[in-house]
Amino acid sequence: MAGSTLIIKDLHVAIEGKEILKGVNLEIKGGEIHAIMGPNGTGKSTLSSAIMGHPKYEVTSGSITLDGQNVLEMEVDERARAGLFLAMQYPSEINGVTNADFLRSAINARRGEGNEISLMKFIRQMDKQMEFLEMDLDMAQRYLNEGFSGGEKKRNEILQLMMLQPKIAILDEIDSGLDIDALKVVSKGVNQMRSDDFGCLIITHYQRLLNYITPDYVHVMMDGRIVKNGGPELAQRLEAEGYDWIKKELGIEDETVEQEA
Amino acid sequence: MTTEIKLPFDKAFVSTFSSAMNEPAWFAALRLKALEQFEQLPMPKTEKTKIEKWNFTQFRQHTVKSQAYSSLADLPEEVKALVDIETSKHNLYIQRNQTPAFLTLSDELKNKGVIFTDIFTAAREHGDLLKKYYMTQAINADEHKLTALHAALVNGGVFVYVPKNVEITEPIQAVFVHDDKEANLFNHVIVVADDNSSLTYVENYISTVEESDTLANILTELVVNTNARVQYGAVDHLAKGMTAYVNRRGVAGRDSEIDWALGSMNEGNTIFENTTNLLGDGSIGDAKMVVVGRGEQTQNFTTKVVHFGKHTQGNILNHGVVKDSATTIFNGIGKIEHGASKADAEQTSRVLMLSEKARGDANPILLIDEDDVMAGHAASVGRVDPVQLYYLMSRGIPQTEAERLVIHGFLAPVVTQLPIEKVKKQLSEVIERKVK
Repeated sequence: MAGSTLIIKDLHVAIEGKEILKGVNLEIKGGEIHAIMGPNGTGKSTLSSAIMGHPKYEVTSGSITLDGQNVLEMEVDERARAGLFLAMQYPSEINGVTNADFLRSAINARRGEGNEISLMKFIRQMDKQMEFLEMDLDMAQRYLNEGFSGGEKKRNEILQLMMLQPKIAILDEIDSGLDIDALKVVSKGVNQMRSDDFGCLIITHYQRLLNYITPDYVHVMMDGRIVKNGGPELAQRLEAEGYDWIKKELGIEDETVEQEA
Repeated sequence: MTTEIKLPFDKAFVSTFSSAMNEPAWFAALRLKALEQFEQLPMPKTEKTKIEKWNFTQFRQHTVKSQAYSSLADLPEEVKALVDIETSKHNLYIQRNQTPAFLTLSDELKNKGVIFTDIFTAAREHGDLLKKYYMTQAINADEHKLTALHAALVNGGVFVYVPKNVEITEPIQAVFVHDDKEANLFNHVIVVADDNSSLTYVENYISTVEESDTLANILTELVVNTNARVQYGAVDHLAKGMTAYVNRRGVAGRDSEIDWALGSMNEGNTIFENTTNLLGDGSIGDAKMVVVGRGEQTQNFTTKVVHFGKHTQGNILNHGVVKDSATTIFNGIGKIEHGASKADAEQTSRVLMLSEKARGDANPILLIDEDDVMAGHAASVGRVDPVQLYYLMSRGIPQTEAERLVIHGFLAPVVTQLPIEKVKKQLSEVIERKVK
């Protein structure tokens, strides 16, 4: 069987008692690239956090399965080892833990005890991917995300993606705050991952990223639901005309459900 | 009114022990005087920790009999990990409970007049020199009950003397092995660096027994004379159930420097003091420490730098991790005496709590009696950030491993700055064992 399948059914999610997602349905298969677009505060990041299991988000009903396994019953680390990956909008900074030590722990956690990656092999892989992403090799020995610029953090997320080789990845606003060169590098990383074994969900406000990573499916999120589905042409129309026509078409007055940073 | 504490050992016992060790008269007299003073003296004051109910005085055995090690190959594995057994170039003292169990000092250092020997041999063979420094300059026997008890009952320790102008590059190391459940440690370490000398001294206290209801009453006196420099490293790892009073104090002469690199990994309740008295103008005191508390233990750490000399510089950096239901208190004290103009007293203490029941506190205290000085402090106490753990776990790292990374990360900024490679390595290993 080529690739995995992530199925989200009628997902409702609340944060501190307030309902943010009001029934999301989505299916992502290996080999597919999906993009979720939408204005700020419509629930896009909540969806990605809920899939990964962020402690602040509470799933009140609905289901998420990965190849038939119940994702919602898994701990965060189990979700990752099952094949999910989330490139975060705001990656944590962790003082005292080097990027390399962190990544090696993450790889070894997948491989299991007795099957750890050799240090040499790890260093070779990491150097190779860092060069591919045009990252300074010193960043391997810097503390995880500490003092990294916005662009460096995003590249570092893609580095992790490439090193960990997940089955399904979610990229949460990976393009925000990136200049055009960084955007190209990040896109290059994602495109390198493209294969029948890799499914991807890109969350973004802007069409810009989709010029470099062509999606197979485009979804629009408003008011905690996916309100429109289409192909790459939908993203282009949104770029040209904005979101108002959808609101008008669907009779949505206020598309927001939350305060997003 | 102080409650009367009946000691398990009387004057006759102390005299008999002292004669058996063939101690010089002054040493015996110091013991007996301290024993007498014990009654009247107060307990030490410990900021933010009540120690009334802790047992520092009741115990069964003053000394235990242990075999010496005929070679380093006989050492227990935990101890082997602390010493570099491959090399033949050692300046190494190993004490097993109270027994001097192994000693080597290079001929080169012997020829330069360096003294490195157990405290009883020092009292017999270098009595006049020891007398000059023993409980006269750094710590006095009559400070409180525990210093007096220590002076009366000293049962082990080491004396290091570096003569004028001798610079030692290889570290001198002492390992105090506690492998008998009945052994109580009244250990006295005295390190003297005479004018223009330099030394790196590393010591380890290590229990190889899991649990012991005994006592440790450990004093270090460090005397660093004019323009001398001592790097003093210590990694303590005493057994669960052992109540420890640890006091390491240094006195710095003119233009001298004392650098402490301390790791307190004891498993039992611990009162820990580390003081640097910057007596001479231009002297520098730097105290770095990492600690890990776990289980039910309570630990109280006071790091103090006292500025007497002008242009003196003091720096305190403490990081502590607290797990389970343990309690860790940091008291950082920068004290600038009147007349110590241009002194600079800086301190940072940070505590990271890993569980709901863990308790931590960091109290920065500045006591300044002079106008023309600089001083600064930073202190923080916090719990581990759940979003950080989420981030690490989102890459497949299990929670325990994520916590281990966060702990290492929290302590790393201190560990990596420690001036002694050996201590860095030892600490990383002990921390690894403690946080697993």
